Amino acid sequence: MYPEDFKYSKDHEWIRIEDDICVVGITDYAQDELGEVVFVEMPEAGQTFDAHDEIGSIESVKAVAEVYTPLSGEIVEVNEALEEAPEIVNKDPHGEGWLVKIRFSSSAELGDLMDVEAYRQFLDSGE
Amino acid sequence: MTPETVPQKTPLHESHLRAGGKLVDFAGWHLPVRYSGVMEEHRAVRTAAGLFDVSHMGEFKVSGPGAEELLQQLTPNDVSKLTPGRIHYSGLLTEAGTYVDDLLVYRLAEQEFLLVVNAANAEKDFGWIDDRLRRGVNLQNVSADYGLLALQGPRAQEILTELTAIDLAQIRYYRFEIAEVAGHRAIVSRTGYTGEDGFELYLSPASAPAVWDRLLEVGGPEGLVPAGLGARDTLRLEAAMALYGHEIDDTTTPLDAGLSWVVKLGKGDFLGRDVLVAQKENGLEQKLVGFEMVGRGIGRQGYEVLSGGEIVGRVTSGSFSPSLGKAIGMAYLPLALTDPGTEIQIQVRKNAVPAIIVSLPFYKRGK
Repeated sequence: MYPEDFKYSKDHEWIRIEDDICVVGITDYAQDELGEVVFVEMPEAGQTFDAHDEIGSIESVKAVAEVYTPLSGEIVEVNEALEEAPEIVNKDPHGEGWLVKIRFSSSAELGDLMDVEAYRQFLDSGE
Repeated sequence: MTPETVPQKTPLHESHLRAGGKLVDFAGWHLPVRYSGVMEEHRAVRTAAGLFDVSHMGEFKVSGPGAEELLQQLTPNDVSKLTPGRIHYSGLLTEAGTYVDDLLVYRLAEQEFLLVVNAANAEKDFGWIDDRLRRGVNLQNVSADYGLLALQGPRAQEILTELTAIDLAQIRYYRFEIAEVAGHRAIVSRTGYTGEDGFELYLSPASAPAVWDRLLEVGGPEGLVPAGLGARDTLRLEAAMALYGHEIDDTTTPLDAGLSWVVKLGKGDFLGRDVLVAQKENGLEQKLVGFEMVGRGIGRQGYEVLSGGEIVGRVTSGSFSPSLGKAIGMAYLPLALTDPGTEIQIQVRKNAVPAIIVSLPFYKRGK
């Protein structure tokens, strides 16, 4: 269920590293909690953020969840497909449902993230 | 300091767990917000049928020779027009003509009525009536005596027919009959909160789980699914039905909320009548309207409504409409802004998102 090679944040986001770019999405747990996604509000390529800044939001019928960047850096790409088909976030949260790609500036911040085992325990602890 | 109360379970608690319901705490009750998903359940109700557990609603018996007179005094609708077997939508109003709660009044017999009230207000409503009791009236809280199921959708009658011997076609809208459903005694009323055809079944708590199971058994092949609070809200919003705490509360009158048809000024005196007469004569300053979001985002309860850069109102209810495929909502706005087609904006977090006034209801079922 949860890819072994991803990192995870306490905000239920996953991060996949490709050299100096990280791909960010929300986890299966997060999409299940939200319910059917109807709008995805994303930043624009070129915008820069610090770690833990709010970069957008995901809106479902019943709720809105803010999306935070786990790492400081610059947005290099946004998943345009989600504008027309936001439900991809529910159907394939760890794959096609990716939200943004960020060129991150500090690999030291990676240390704040959880590996898959720690995330599974985090989920079990019910937080 | 009030003691912390544990949410109550309805008679169908185990049934919800078995059906995979995602339970939340609502008005002091454990109830499913969804099973398979809000949109799927919503669409099922609009195209086939959905089954809701609404056992959390409060029920009161008001009986005795003074019952009709008391209800005439405490509610704006005309109770004298209810013959046994008939129901009407009404409210408990304050002296200011504002809402204590909205409710249904069932006439069970010449001197016997059943009031069905919102779960969140049950204690308040009971106290309200109890404080105003008079001779010849007996008031009982019978909520614990009922489990309540709502079967809603175009196939509701087809499905229910399989479990009861009575001719359901004879029960017209806002009427009820006592019948056996799957061998269990029930009040079967053609009422609902979805804008679709459907029935509400008042059962004993012991019978409710069995009837729930039988309905899903015979209705499953017809497309019947269990449906939760999430879909209940999107359905009633599309049908522009008021929800206490949103469109109506103790600051709004029935006239404010577009419910003038509930107010029968000619029936005689009732609590709040003077204020409503004056309001009718002077005209309303604001009106409850519907809007559709034009830009991206959902305008939810409490969000500010803007026009010309100024705050002109707040959203009373808002959500995504599965039937329309767009975000919709309602708000009280100054009369000048209430014509369909008027452009407004809703402050959705950081953005002022364009929206447009539309006529209500958002959705009307095909005949």
